[in-house]
Amino acid sequence: MSPTAEAVIELRDVRKSFGAQKVLDGLSFQVPRGRCLAIMGPSGTGKSVILRHVIGLLKADAGVVSVEGRDVARLSKHELSDLRKRMGFLFQEGALINWLTVGENVALPLRENTRLPDAEIRRKVQEKLELVHIPDAWDKLPAQISGGMKKRVGLARALITDPEIVLYDEPNAGLDPEISQSINDLLRELHERLRVTALLVEHRVRCIRTVADEVLFLEKGRVLVQLPPREFFASDHPRLVQFLGKDPD
Amino acid sequence: MNILRPVVTIAQGLGYELELLGSVLARLHHVPARARLVADQIYQSALQTVHVVLVVGTFIGMIVALQTGIELARIGQQDQIGTIVSLSMAREMGPFITATILAAAAGSSMAAEIGTMSVSDELSALEVLSVDRVKLLILPRVVALAIAAPLLTILCDTVGILGGGFVAQSQLNVSYQLYLDSAVEALRDPGRILPLPKDVYGGLFKSFVFGVIVAVIGCAAGLRASGGALGVGQATRSAVRDSIIAIIVTNYFITWALYQS
Ligand SMILES: Nc1ncnc2c1ncn2[C@@H]1O[C@H](COP(=O)(O)OP(=O)(O)O)[C@@H](O)[C@H]1O
Ligand SMILES: [Mg+2]
Repeated sequence: MSPTAEAVIELRDVRKSFGAQKVLDGLSFQVPRGRCLAIMGPSGTGKSVILRHVIGLLKADAGVVSVEGRDVARLSKHELSDLRKRMGFLFQEGALINWLTVGENVALPLRENTRLPDAEIRRKVQEKLELVHIPDAWDKLPAQISGGMKKRVGLARALITDPEIVLYDEPNAGLDPEISQSINDLLRELHERLRVTALLVEHRVRCIRTVADEVLFLEKGRVLVQLPPREFFASDHPRLVQFLGKDPD
Repeated sequence: MNILRPVVTIAQGLGYELELLGSVLARLHHVPARARLVADQIYQSALQTVHVVLVVGTFIGMIVALQTGIELARIGQQDQIGTIVSLSMAREMGPFITATILAAAAGSSMAAEIGTMSVSDELSALEVLSVDRVKLLILPRVVALAIAAPLLTILCDTVGILGGGFVAQSQLNVSYQLYLDSAVEALRDPGRILPLPKDVYGGLFKSFVFGVIVAVIGCAAGLRASGGALGVGQATRSAVRDSIIAIIVTNYFITWALYQS
């Protein structure tokens, strides 16, 4: 991803510690408009923490996290809320509101922040539920559905406002191969056709190959390598070979 | 220093709680649009507490009747028993007992519900979706308890007075009719501010304030919960403890304001 293209998401020398634990230690990268950058790395290295910085749930100890050229940590409450309305966020555990049905979870941003009529909201929600292959789940409560289904409801909710920037935290976790492939095709289409800019935290090689334009390997709080998927998975960097095993996928 | 710890906790949390109350007040005009959520919350908190209020209220009335009745009988004044039971139920016992029950049942479950949302990223999800959590979660709960507490207090007062009457007749040989007449007569005294029975509306005003206190403290504890199921348990415990302390302290000051002079 050439640094000359307009960077929609940019981290510059970001540092973050929780107590004595250093999680991000001088992390820098950029995502140009319409591109998808995948983040790989061992569990607990701070992949989710990166996404939380980009959407303003966490503040860096040092360095700058900017979206569309604006420092997220310096936005007013109002500006941050406006920015978030153009962003989608898929939480690692789905984070569905436990007392709302699947349909109402997906409808929530529209019900709370728009004046759309009920019929219009229902149509949009149903459309998204179909997109993630759960057309009949409307009336189920989060406690009644599987982890993979929660993930898909979370994805539908993240996409309900047709965001320009989307952050996915392990969208494939808990999905069977068939559904997984169709979700990956969906993600691919989003940024190919709609020029959605995306950050994708993912372990599955197949997903990254389908969706991402580049892959970044995170270790010790910084970027170890950043390459296009083809080269990344063919790399003979000893750490990557160790992490991915000999025969990825 | 163990005795001081709750006081310190309250002092630390007080700022947060007052701020939360402020943001609820600033959104009161959204109540009509949230009527369904408010009704749900009233129903839930009533469901959690009404049976306890009935049992405890009845027995408190009986205890007051028995305790004071024995003394009154000694000086031949047992006819006054209705007056004493109805005044102490309406002024003090009804509002206080109801608020304590609400703190233990409704306030604690508010802390647990919102705390669970906090530790499972649901509150972060609301933030990311730019959904106002005060409007969605806190406003309906505070308004619900502000309405439910006085209603439950009326119930508590009523069963307490009736329970006292049972004791008066069966243990103290005061006829039920005489007891009820003096109980009702005692509550007639109108106040200076409103042309209504002062002891009744004073007690209901108290319980309105207690309802708000229980809901705000319960919600605040939930919002600040962190660290998994352990954190939720901690939030629930501190919500009950802090709201009972706050109820007692506030009770003194409201009583002072209503009954001095
Ligand atoms: N809010 C937090 N408070 C304290 N520690 C945290 C917090 N969020 C994440 N961490 C720690 O930061 C590290 C990275 O977490 P995370 O980003 O979730 O890892 P992963 O790469 O698996 O997504 C973990 O060790 C985690 O315990
Ligand atoms: Mg993670």
